[in-house]
Amino acid sequence: MERVQTEPVAIPKPAARTSQVLLVTDRDKTVGTITVPDPVFKCRDVNVHYGDKHAIKNVSIEIARNQVLAMIGPSGCGKSTFLRCLNRMNDTIPSAVVTGSITLDDQDIHDKRQDVVQLRARVGMVFQKPNPFPKSIYENVAYGPRIHGLAGDRVELDEIVHTSLQRAGLWEEVKDRLNQPGTSLSGGQQQRLCIARTIAVNPEVILMDEPCSALDPIATARIEDLMEELRQSYAICIVTHSMQQAARVSQRTAYFHLGDLIEVGETDRIFTNPRHKLTEDYITGRFG
Amino acid sequence: MTPLALLVTLLGLSTVAFWIGKSHSLATVGGKSGVRSLHSLPGHYGLLAAAWCALPALVVIGLWLAFQDAILVKLVTAHLPESVRALSPAQFSLVLNDVRNVVAGNVPASSVDANSAAAAAEYLHLRSISRVALTALALSIGVLAIIFVRRRIVPEMRARNQVERIVEWLLLGCSTFAIFTTIGIVASVLFEALRFFAQVSPWEFLTGTVWSPQTAIRADQVGSSGAFGAVPLFAGTLLISAIAMVVAVPTGLFAAVYLAEYAHPKFRTWTKPFLEILAGVPTVVYGFFAALTVGPALRGWGEGMGLSVASESALAAGLVMGIMIIPFVSSLADDMITAVPQSLRDGAYALGATKSETIRQVVFRAALPGIVGGVLLAVSRAIGETMIVVMAAGLAANLTANPLEAVTTVTVQIVTLLVGDQEFDSPKTLAAFALGLVLFVATLALNVLALHIVRKYREQYE
Repeated sequence: MERVQTEPVAIPKPAARTSQVLLVTDRDKTVGTITVPDPVFKCRDVNVHYGDKHAIKNVSIEIARNQVLAMIGPSGCGKSTFLRCLNRMNDTIPSAVVTGSITLDDQDIHDKRQDVVQLRARVGMVFQKPNPFPKSIYENVAYGPRIHGLAGDRVELDEIVHTSLQRAGLWEEVKDRLNQPGTSLSGGQQQRLCIARTIAVNPEVILMDEPCSALDPIATARIEDLMEELRQSYAICIVTHSMQQAARVSQRTAYFHLGDLIEVGETDRIFTNPRHKLTEDYITGRFG
Repeated sequence: MTPLALLVTLLGLSTVAFWIGKSHSLATVGGKSGVRSLHSLPGHYGLLAAAWCALPALVVIGLWLAFQDAILVKLVTAHLPESVRALSPAQFSLVLNDVRNVVAGNVPASSVDANSAAAAAEYLHLRSISRVALTALALSIGVLAIIFVRRRIVPEMRARNQVERIVEWLLLGCSTFAIFTTIGIVASVLFEALRFFAQVSPWEFLTGTVWSPQTAIRADQVGSSGAFGAVPLFAGTLLISAIAMVVAVPTGLFAAVYLAEYAHPKFRTWTKPFLEILAGVPTVVYGFFAALTVGPALRGWGEGMGLSVASESALAAGLVMGIMIIPFVSSLADDMITAVPQSLRDGAYALGATKSETIRQVVFRAALPGIVGGVLLAVSRAIGETMIVVMAAGLAANLTANPLEAVTTVTVQIVTLLVGDQEFDSPKTLAAFALGLVLFVATLALNVLALHIVRKYREQYE
């Protein structure tokens, strides 16, 4: 618990702009650099429609390895919808139509040859509310490796469960009760169990959809520490409503507004020197 | 006044009470202009007066009528000659029967003996006195109540709250009605069953393997003394229920999985009504189907394959009962499956599980306790089901596990024991109550268990 840091990072207020460049107000073009060197995901002109609703409008962005990308924006801005495009979770919603190109390691994820089951094994996801399966702690973590045949025998499976729980920082708390139901854990532990379950499949990217919104500050701090460690091996995309959290955990930040990707950039730069009027309004708390 | 006329009069009186209460409350504050200084609306005072007028009088009428007959009979029989009162209880009840028939006007007084005719005349005379007394009592209670309430009406009186209280008591009365009815049913079954167990030992009843309830009615008749081993009935019931569950559980469950997880909404909207129609078919119609279509068809196929199938077989009854239970299982399982939160499905999909893996290993696992509860409810329905087995399962109390033979069930035997003219002191008839008690205890236990499981499961995801 010594690494727990609960005090919020102070967000530097943008200095009073007197003579600087005028802020951009055009919503059609994304401000900032959307490209990164050696991207894992490349998205170009992604559009999502839910029936008549145009939820994501021409979003282009690249996602870097070994980095945390934070997606922020007011409720209903489409950040979760965009996240769900990356592992094609929108396929489970009958009315959703996704267009545009999304490539994972230069392979189109909407290609006919792309097996959606394989895609989701490579792109893990952690949800807003912890959703452990109605199984034991061990079986929760072992579920992914089992269905993908990642372990040759019981010894290997034990090993995967052990390392996954350890990397999720949960091993010490549950090692004596692996056979108890996953739902018997506290909220924060359940969320770390879900993270362990995700990394047990050894994905390349981990998507997190407001993973801390149902947790208390201490559990939140543990998950944030965990993200810092996990980014050594994975690319991480996190949707969050907390700007403090985005500032603490991410290296890059993307600001969404009503389905448009307004601004992307280094987290430090976005929070100190936003270039778009809407970004500035949001991070200074004028709306949101 | 007859009781009906009395009730109508009382209704009129309480309407008068309503108007008196309403107008008097206004009068205490000086007419309509003072209505704001009343605690409650004038109508509340009226309702209160009406309730006070009617309810106590109704209680008195109810109690009076409940005991009137018993008291009158006591009085009348006390005046019968010594020779009649000394008769044996059976013959004495015949005399009483004559008296009642004359009183009810079913037979002319001239057709019975003089004693009975006199008693009937006395009964009628006493009853008319009793009615006059009741009328006077009830109406005076009503009038007194009106006067009492009218004197108590003052502007500060909380008529609104008191009306509320009266309504609450009325609601309580209605809700306890079901409880008392249940207690009454259980008690009647229990007492008759105890009379049966006074003649046949419970041990013999529960463990005996021979069921032959025919007993000689007269001493000179040739007939067995009856054997009341109920094991063949229990076995038959379980066999047919098991066949029904083998049909209903997989079919119903898979139908529910398809409808809840795979089916296109359009297919769902078309299929659901058909399942509901299946649930709405009267069981007697299923009975025809089993006895006239399925039974003979099974016998025909059996002959074709060289098997001997009874035309009334456990298999036919079980199959049709299973079909009857399919919609019951599927709609319960459907509820349970749709209650599994979408987040669990998302979690499995996000790990790269396919649809069938998600359903089998996550959704089904999560819904399992609820489904088990639903299946137990279905079992208790199968055990208690009567019409299909009466028509299709047969009457022979065979102790067999062969579904191609005729068996009989607890419910079938209850029906056959109680159909027709019966004497209610022979073990043959009383056995029906013992069987009813066993059935009641079994289905009650299953229902309690099932509802407990289902409720616990629902709480988990709410």
